[in-house]
Amino acid sequence: MFAELSDRLESILKKLRGQGKLTENNIKEALKEIRRALLEADVNYKVVKDFISKVEEKSIGQEVLRSITPGQQVVKIVYDELTLILGKDSSVMKFSSSGPTVWMLAGLQGSGKTTACGKLASFYRKKGKSPFLIAADVQRPAAVEQLKILGKSLNLPVYSSKENPVKICQSGVAKAREEGLDLVIIDTAGRLHIDEKLMEELALIKKEVTPQEVVLVADSMTGQDAVNIALSFEERLGIDGIFLTKLDGDARGGAALSLRAVTGKPIKFVGTGEKLDDIEVFYPERMVSRILGMGDVVTLVEKAQEAISQEEAEKLEKRLREEQFSFKDFYSQLQQLKKMGSLDSILSMIPGIGGSLKGFSVDDKALVRVEAIINSMTEEERLKPQIIDGSRKKRIALGSGTDLQEVNRLLKQFFMMKKMIKDFNKMDLRKLKTMFKP
Amino acid sequence: MSFKFSIEKLKQCLSKTKKSLFGKITEVVGLSKKIDQELLDKLEEVLLKGDVGVKATEKIIQDLKNGVKEEKIVEPQKIIDIMKEEILTILQNSQTSTKMLSQESNPLIIMIVGVNGTGKTTSIAKLAKLYSDQGKKVMVAACDTFRAAALEQLSIWAQRAGVDIVKSQPNQDPASVAFDAVKSALAKKIDVVIVDTAGRLHTKYNLMEELKKIKRVMGKSLEGAPQEVFLVLDATTGQNGISQAKMFDEAVGLTGIILAKLDGTAKGGIVIAIANELKIPVRYVGLGEKIDDLEEFDPKDFVEALFL
Ligand SMILES: Nc1nc2c(ncn2[C@@H]2O[C@H](COP(=O)(O)OP(=O)(O)OP(=O)(O)O)[C@@H](O)[C@H]2O)c(=O)[nH]1
Ligand SMILES: Nc1nc2c(ncn2[C@@H]2O[C@H](COP(=O)(O)OP(=O)(O)OP(=O)(O)O)[C@@H](O)[C@H]2O)c(=O)[nH]1
Ligand SMILES: [Mg+2]
Ligand SMILES: [Mg+2]
Repeated sequence: MFAELSDRLESILKKLRGQGKLTENNIKEALKEIRRALLEADVNYKVVKDFISKVEEKSIGQEVLRSITPGQQVVKIVYDELTLILGKDSSVMKFSSSGPTVWMLAGLQGSGKTTACGKLASFYRKKGKSPFLIAADVQRPAAVEQLKILGKSLNLPVYSSKENPVKICQSGVAKAREEGLDLVIIDTAGRLHIDEKLMEELALIKKEVTPQEVVLVADSMTGQDAVNIALSFEERLGIDGIFLTKLDGDARGGAALSLRAVTGKPIKFVGTGEKLDDIEVFYPERMVSRILGMGDVVTLVEKAQEAISQEEAEKLEKRLREEQFSFKDFYSQLQQLKKMGSLDSILSMIPGIGGSLKGFSVDDKALVRVEAIINSMTEEERLKPQIIDGSRKKRIALGSGTDLQEVNRLLKQFFMMKKMIKDFNKMDLRKLKTMFKP
Repeated sequence: MSFKFSIEKLKQCLSKTKKSLFGKITEVVGLSKKIDQELLDKLEEVLLKGDVGVKATEKIIQDLKNGVKEEKIVEPQKIIDIMKEEILTILQNSQTSTKMLSQESNPLIIMIVGVNGTGKTTSIAKLAKLYSDQGKKVMVAACDTFRAAALEQLSIWAQRAGVDIVKSQPNQDPASVAFDAVKSALAKKIDVVIVDTAGRLHTKYNLMEELKKIKRVMGKSLEGAPQEVFLVLDATTGQNGISQAKMFDEAVGLTGIILAKLDGTAKGGIVIAIANELKIPVRYVGLGEKIDDLEEFDPKDFVEALFL
């Protein structure tokens, strides 16, 4: 299989340790490995090229965060950038405001259209819709039969007739309207994007039934050609979103990036198996880890994040142990936190607290206000919060644009935290351990 | 062998490929005055865009460099010949590694495997027609008992090809269908049996075990069966094709590859990567959805057509 990106990066990274700024030189090798990983994941050559030069541009001159290597930082930039590209818009399906909603699925032969029709129908029925399937594939042997079997297994109506595909769709939609069914899903025959006649047929169907969504169904194992396919379908037909199939295998799925890059359209759903409930909404972060090498990079980025705060955490731990924890420590943690963007990860690094906070999540907006409150304290107040009396509280609330209640809450939380630390320190760890011995 | 190989048709189909991919080689080389890094980068680009993959591309480029150095080549034009030669060597090395003795077996049992939707059932119809046109008595076996309407699809194709079919019930054990098929073929003096299997991802343990069982059962009813196990690969497939070939080979021992859907704009370069790593020969290419759209694969013609 593919050499692991993180392994390869690690060795490069070692060499780079201890440099202050990202430069063309110190990120060159890291970028080369990332390029290779993307190509191995089937991201289109051109897309890779553009992406790498964008990352390079973005990286150069950036200050390297303390305790991590330039390479690790580049990986983080790559990771964030890819997540951004893949997940920019919301991937909500569009519905009609009056009359039945019509969705139309199209794509190459065997990409998974018919199965996707069944999956979407099943998915949206659970959300209260009444799906109606239209079998507009008169090309492939037993295609209609296939959709009928899927419909039957879901106990949903399937429309078919001996007419041509355009007519089938028209009369199918009319029938759905008649019967008051609110979600029409059209299965079309697989076709090559260079097949002029068949592409014309799709355009005609679209014109006649004006679907709210035209979904390109694409196989996640697709290679470099994904760009040509996507481009043709977008130009010839115009698509609204992408359904990426067969992600239950070990394909790295770089095609996702290519599809997204050339069409600008969001990936809305992924298929994760042959069964009709094997459908998931698209998660960009998961896709990014996958493209870059199955989770390695997430670990790496996490490691990088931990590395940054490790030093700080050690200092903090010392203070905690000495029971000197003050608002100053709290504040510096907050700053650290903001850099990393993930509150839970930093909390988990505070000894003795991390574990007990699992599943506890923190509101980022609340964080901004906490920061403002601490900012409005004097140096003395930060070190010795016990001196904060009523009038000081009022001043702090005013200065931070919050209110007395919020200042009180923060103080209360702070003292609780301090007590927790104190109690924890008093605990005899050895005794605790013997209690759990068999 | 009596198959007629129509290089014209292949050329026709590949010319699209050629224009968008290898056509550029000629272009690039035509513009180059000397062999330099820029030219090599361009050649690399051409290969990578053709799904040849990073590893095989690096090998080809490295060999190219060596060849240029050893033979003291200075004209950029010659670089095409060397590259052709290299790709041909990679493909030919794997073509010769498997013997095609099986053609003498009677009955000849061919098992068709592959991931979902690559073109297995359609390729079976095409193969059935090919053998039937040679005057062979052909039978297809519907061992895909999973996919909705897989049986109906194969039945329609069997009818079109004018061949016999062993049917199955939905969700019946596919191995039992395969067993019956071989038995029935022996009784009916069938020459060629082509076994359809459900598409499955190579990473699914249970499904790969099921495939092994289908193969094993056939071997029990007829020694040496199946003599051929073909992997149907979609020509648009990227680097995952290597993983597919590797894992299907490990499970059931592949004797060849059918490269379907080469009539699109995909370059099918993945077979070069597979040949480079696994030495599994490509036997046929699929060039359309109709029953006659199958051609025997010839590496020489393939490479020629690529560079035309
Ligand atoms: N493993 C896996 N298989 C899938 C998935 N989606 C579809 N398939 C399988 O892929 C194969 C092709 O699926 P279809 O839905 O028939 O594809 P299609 O695009 O309608 O095919 P044509 O109509 O012939 O163009 C079938 O074997 C499906 O069971 C998926 O997400 N995972
Ligand atoms: N353009 C083109 N389409 C092909 C070719 N071979 C097969 N197809 C189409 O690809 C789609 C899938 O083909 P199938 O033969 O059903 O694929 P399969 O591998 O049996 O699929 P599963 O049994 O679902 O795994 C159908 O729409 C075929 O018409 C080919 O060589 N060229
Ligand atoms: Mg279909
Ligand atoms: Mg099939």
